[in-house]
Amino acid sequence: MSENTQKLINYLKRYWTLYLLLVLPIAYFFIFRYIPMTYIQIAFKKYSIVKSVWEMPWADSNGFEYFIKAFSNADFLYALRNTISLNLLDLVIGFPAPIILALLLNELAFVKFKRLTQTVAYMPHFLSWIIISGIALQLFAPSTGLANIMLNSLGFETIPFLNDPKHWIATYILLGVWQSVGWNSIIYLAALTGINPELYEAASIDGAGRFKKMWHVTLPGLRSTIIVLLIMNLGRILGSEFDRPYALRNPLVDNVSNVISTFVYTNGIRGLQFSLTTAVGLFQSVVCVVFLIGANSLAKKFGERGIW
Amino acid sequence: MIKSKSTRLGDWVIAAFCFLVILVCLLPLVNVLARSLSSSEALIRGEVTLWPKGLNYESYKLVFNDSKYIWSLGWTAILTFICTLVSMVMTTICAYPLTYDNLKGRKVINTLIIFTMYFNAGTIPNYLLLKDLDLINNPLVLIIPSCLSVFNMIIMRSFLYGIPESLRESAEIDGAGPVRTLFSIYLPLSTSVIATLSLFYAVGRWNGFSDALMYMGNRKYYPIQLLLYNIINNVSSIEVSAQDGFNKPGLSDGLKAATVMFATVPILLVYPWLQRYFIAGVTIGAVKG
Repeated sequence: MSENTQKLINYLKRYWTLYLLLVLPIAYFFIFRYIPMTYIQIAFKKYSIVKSVWEMPWADSNGFEYFIKAFSNADFLYALRNTISLNLLDLVIGFPAPIILALLLNELAFVKFKRLTQTVAYMPHFLSWIIISGIALQLFAPSTGLANIMLNSLGFETIPFLNDPKHWIATYILLGVWQSVGWNSIIYLAALTGINPELYEAASIDGAGRFKKMWHVTLPGLRSTIIVLLIMNLGRILGSEFDRPYALRNPLVDNVSNVISTFVYTNGIRGLQFSLTTAVGLFQSVVCVVFLIGANSLAKKFGERGIW
Repeated sequence: MIKSKSTRLGDWVIAAFCFLVILVCLLPLVNVLARSLSSSEALIRGEVTLWPKGLNYESYKLVFNDSKYIWSLGWTAILTFICTLVSMVMTTICAYPLTYDNLKGRKVINTLIIFTMYFNAGTIPNYLLLKDLDLINNPLVLIIPSCLSVFNMIIMRSFLYGIPESLRESAEIDGAGPVRTLFSIYLPLSTSVIATLSLFYAVGRWNGFSDALMYMGNRKYYPIQLLLYNIINNVSSIEVSAQDGFNKPGLSDGLKAATVMFATVPILLVYPWLQRYFIAGVTIGAVKG
């Protein structure tokens, strides 16, 4: 027996239990994450319920039939437009919000009150979108909801928060901020604790006030965190949540509320157009990966750490 | 440190703003609570704001007497418990071996796992696989496909990685194998990460909706979020048994408010106690993301 084989046997004798532990997780990833990838070929094939994915006949136009169909499908184009515009609005309004909250919490002088604010602000993150939509439907009801009762008593007109496309978009974005702003501020608050206190002292000696210190010390301290999170968000620009738009939509705002995930659900699982919706899903996944890689290399170009 | 007058004024402005944040977070819930306790007449007249009008517990009685809703709450609680347990075991047995630097094949396994975080086959391929596995409408479909989150596994791994290797080495010198080391050294030191991830998994299951919507057609196994969705959106009156309150305009609003409260309260009772743990968890996850 060679020395190497003996080494290997000793190694395995010692560590075989580690591989035993890994059996179940690896089986899980193999079955539930990698086998579905073989089903992706349905996007290029004519789906048939009686055949296995390997036996289904190829689709027309060199297999791209369903991609062509998707891009000439008005519903899909609406969903694509809505996905991008809702995500962009989330990025513009929802992304800076937790940074601002973290800066304010950082400046808050009363420690106990700060802790209370944090606890309360984290709460919406733990509510499901179904619960939030239940709350929103009650809160924003046209004549009996709290929001409109308050507006009316202040002399303003009733606002159709959820029943008119433009107002629905605004409500959707603001509910998103409401749900995530506290939770997302945790990361920034953690990054703030890493800033060297001497920098603040030095700034004070130089005569910097509250805002100057925020601008010249705190924000630069958050820079790399902000960039990492920005990359991840840019990578998701074509990604779509399901629960949020699905729970908040209603027939009056279908034109602006349908996104790719809800399109795939209604036309795929409900409408049984498996090839079309698999093609749409593949398009979405690929674009997401490309965006993520693009954003990451862009960040690295600017001398940042990136996410890998 | 002596502060100038303007600084103190700034402190109060910031405190006022934070107070506003608290109000915006809490008032919607207070409103729903008030509505659930108000009379239907007051609700229709649009009189209910933050305090119940015509205080009564009719809505709660109706929900309590609705066997479907109570069953669904109980089933979701059981499901949440099972899922959390299964997920924690899976997360631990996945993360722990990967903290051994000298584990052969570690890099490959790591890469294959991380890859699934960035590239997912998609809704339909996942659905068709579950169909081929005959899991659709089976209660297991609410447990197994989501029993291991890569994100949570990374948090666990980073945490275990932070435990000094010298502890492991001393255990190994004493003759303990990897599994023994896990139980006698690693797990006792990991209560904070176990608490955090259990909270994440439990909240995820309690709030889980889309998998039930897509994979579960058997009403008996509807988790609470799916039932709640159907009630809120009046999907069909058969969701709720003989109680006809759901079809009366005013009472229906109070009832919906009560059902929302039932699904919300368990979470509100749990998360504040685990706050100091999950903050650490989120931070690790963000750094290694």
